[in-house]
Amino acid sequence: MADITLRINGSEKKVSVSPETPLLWVLRDTLELTGTKFGCGAGLCGACTVHVDGTAIRSCATPVSQIAGKNVTTIEGLGANGLHALQQAWIEEEVPQCGYCQTGQIMSAAALLAKTPNPTDDQITRAMNGNLCRCGTYERIRKAIHRVAGNGGAR
Amino acid sequence: MSQLSRREFVSAGIAAGAGLVIGFYLPHGNGSHKESFSPNAYLRITPDNKITIVVARSEMGQGVRTALPMILAEELEADWKQIEIEQAGASTLFGDQTTGGSASIRTTWDPMRKAGAIAREMLISAAALTWGVSRSSCTAENGHIKHAASNRSLSYGELVGRAATLPIPSDVPLKQSKDYRIIGQRLKRVDSPAKVTGGAAFGIDLRIPEMKYAVLSRCPVIGGKVSSFDDKESKKIAGVTYVGKIGDSTVAVVADSVWGAMEGRRVLNVAWDEGPNKDLNTAAVMASLKQAASKKGASLYSAGEPARVPGRHITAEYSLPFMAHAPMEPGNCTAHFQGTKCELWAPTQVPQDCRDSVATAIGLDPDQVKVNVTLMGGGFGRRLEHDYAVEAALVSKAINAPVKVIWTREDDMRSSTYRPASLHQLTATLDGSGFPVGLTHRIIAPSISGQKGQPVPNGVDPDLPDEAGPVYGTPNYLIEYVLTETPVPLGWMRSVYALQAAFALESFIDELAAAAGKDPLKYRLQLLAKDQDLTYFTTTWHTARMRGVLQLAAVKSGWDKPLPAGRFRGVACFGCFQSYMAEVVEISMETDQPRVHRVVAAVDCGQVVNPSILEQQIQGGIVYGLANALRAKITIEKGRVVQGNFDDYAPLRMDETPMVEVYSVPSQEPPTGIGEPSVPPIAPAVCNAIYAATKKRIRALPILSS
Repeated sequence: MADITLRINGSEKKVSVSPETPLLWVLRDTLELTGTKFGCGAGLCGACTVHVDGTAIRSCATPVSQIAGKNVTTIEGLGANGLHALQQAWIEEEVPQCGYCQTGQIMSAAALLAKTPNPTDDQITRAMNGNLCRCGTYERIRKAIHRVAGNGGAR
Repeated sequence: MSQLSRREFVSAGIAAGAGLVIGFYLPHGNGSHKESFSPNAYLRITPDNKITIVVARSEMGQGVRTALPMILAEELEADWKQIEIEQAGASTLFGDQTTGGSASIRTTWDPMRKAGAIAREMLISAAALTWGVSRSSCTAENGHIKHAASNRSLSYGELVGRAATLPIPSDVPLKQSKDYRIIGQRLKRVDSPAKVTGGAAFGIDLRIPEMKYAVLSRCPVIGGKVSSFDDKESKKIAGVTYVGKIGDSTVAVVADSVWGAMEGRRVLNVAWDEGPNKDLNTAAVMASLKQAASKKGASLYSAGEPARVPGRHITAEYSLPFMAHAPMEPGNCTAHFQGTKCELWAPTQVPQDCRDSVATAIGLDPDQVKVNVTLMGGGFGRRLEHDYAVEAALVSKAINAPVKVIWTREDDMRSSTYRPASLHQLTATLDGSGFPVGLTHRIIAPSISGQKGQPVPNGVDPDLPDEAGPVYGTPNYLIEYVLTETPVPLGWMRSVYALQAAFALESFIDELAAAAGKDPLKYRLQLLAKDQDLTYFTTTWHTARMRGVLQLAAVKSGWDKPLPAGRFRGVACFGCFQSYMAEVVEISMETDQPRVHRVVAAVDCGQVVNPSILEQQIQGGIVYGLANALRAKITIEKGRVVQGNFDDYAPLRMDETPMVEVYSVPSQEPPTGIGEPSVPPIAPAVCNAIYAATKKRIRALPILSS
């Protein structure tokens, strides 16, 4: 067990966990931020995607000890005031079916738009290809990202 | 109930559902909802004008929490903005609550409409009495009863007190489809906002006070058992509180955190009794299908005598592997055993089965088990099993504390139930112009229901009547089923046997068209040219409706227009769960592998309740089916499932996903299934396009290993 200080969605959190615990389980079990999902435990599906210092990472394959002192943003902290433009676009384009992977999809899309506000289809595919969706919502995800980019709505 | 087949569940559901609004209703103004108007179990209206509609099917992404309330709200003449949704747990009020067989809308269409209409008529009566006017002078509109002659209006909330005192009518008028203002609209899904913020609680997200977490070590060999285990290392892991045998074949590791439980299991030492299947492999399973093919099968459909028709004979054999559902949310269930009762929070398609099987497993009566239904991160049939629920209840009983059992992805892949592997033998006799006058399709596959000990009347797996019917009006046409057995655990996977049946039949029809030197789409239209009703068990398939979807797909895909160089088309059509589907794909070949660029899907599913949800289901079904077609294959070696995660069982990703266009045939027929029918045609359509590109026939799925 180790005491680790994390910065999650702008606030400081102290946790006492085994240092090799994946960030995913600290978020979900210790901090009760369950919007970040467990899908594969091996960095293959992207359901657990969060931002660490602005970069999309797979929290299931990232030991919490590596995160100490860094800024973590989860889906719960994505929209500073209400919904992020992507979350709104996801609703408008009726993206979610089961919805389980969608928080991870949105986090990957947000990281993309933060760096590339007007992505091409190829850039979207490259950024989103690590996020699996068994409901097959990919083309709606693409449309939702374009909708935000077209509106210049990336924050 | 657990002894009934899935088919019987569905049938029982229809029967129970139809009588439901008359037979069962909540007492007026009952304790928990005082002052409310609740003429049946589906609906509650309170004086504050809140309308609560109860959804007695499970939401796994297919949109039931939106679509089913739309049906009731339509007849109620409610203001959609007033509606709140409540998820029913396992209940005795709603008949069969199984969510499967693309049946949620088709089995609740009548009861939901009647439930709304009854309430509407009672609210009209209440207003008429209040005003002292005739019922016929009152109308229901947008959450109000209006009396136009005196320009008076009362909201439903204002009428609940009076309405609750009135007798419940048994015979109420239902609206004509031309008057619909909710059904058929693209209303936004009610569950989207929570699903984009992370606020939506799936089963895995549920947390109750003092809850522990458990992961289970299951025997890696199919049918094996625990011989002994050593928990010394597990107990050294921080937070591990319990290690113990659960049933014959699993050892549970319980901890204060999921990670602790996973780590505890990682170092657990179990000696397995590998049992009778320790040498089983996929080749042996496929060989056993081949061996069984010589047996006489049960007749599923029989017209004329195909064996006696003279002409040119063509035969072909097709095969499909085991496949895994792999929903994004791994298996889980939360249980709290408390001596004489047990409460569960289950992401399940079968809350009543969970209740009953848990009751049996822990020695309680079914009414001592309460099952709450959570959101599901996909189901695809995997959550028609109740293994997670039973495990959670047993562990909770063993530790006498609430617990959440979580499966890892590897658990899900290796200890699942699988779409049955199958073999298909097709024979046709062609007339002088190259069209079949005789057609035989022999389906050789293990029975899912049979393996589970459910009835298999006359040797016919009870799912086949929904999934393996005739498509064409060929005069001599035989469909036969040879039931086989396998130790590999079987489950109902999205579209069930329709996927296998369609792959074989629609690939074969393409072979016949090629043999006749004819365009494969026009060949199919010719086979469907005559209006015929094909009776298959309790469903009547109409060649005219199949022709309709094929023509629609032809027009929308521009079948007659030339393609750019390097692009090729393929087509397939099929009917299952009472719906008709045709799909046209456009592919190119990239180093011997197909890339699917575009899919044009045409559907006839009767009255469309929500076109947006319909499109989601068809797009999603095609992506799911395309993953099945390209790569999905579960193999067995030394009695163990080989595949373990999304690397060796790889679903489709964005880069492989085609544009899918969805078109529906306008219809006022009662709605039919839509969750599954788009899945079966995609594999043969792609294989037929590959043939167009390469002249190579794919007769075994998946495409990428054959």
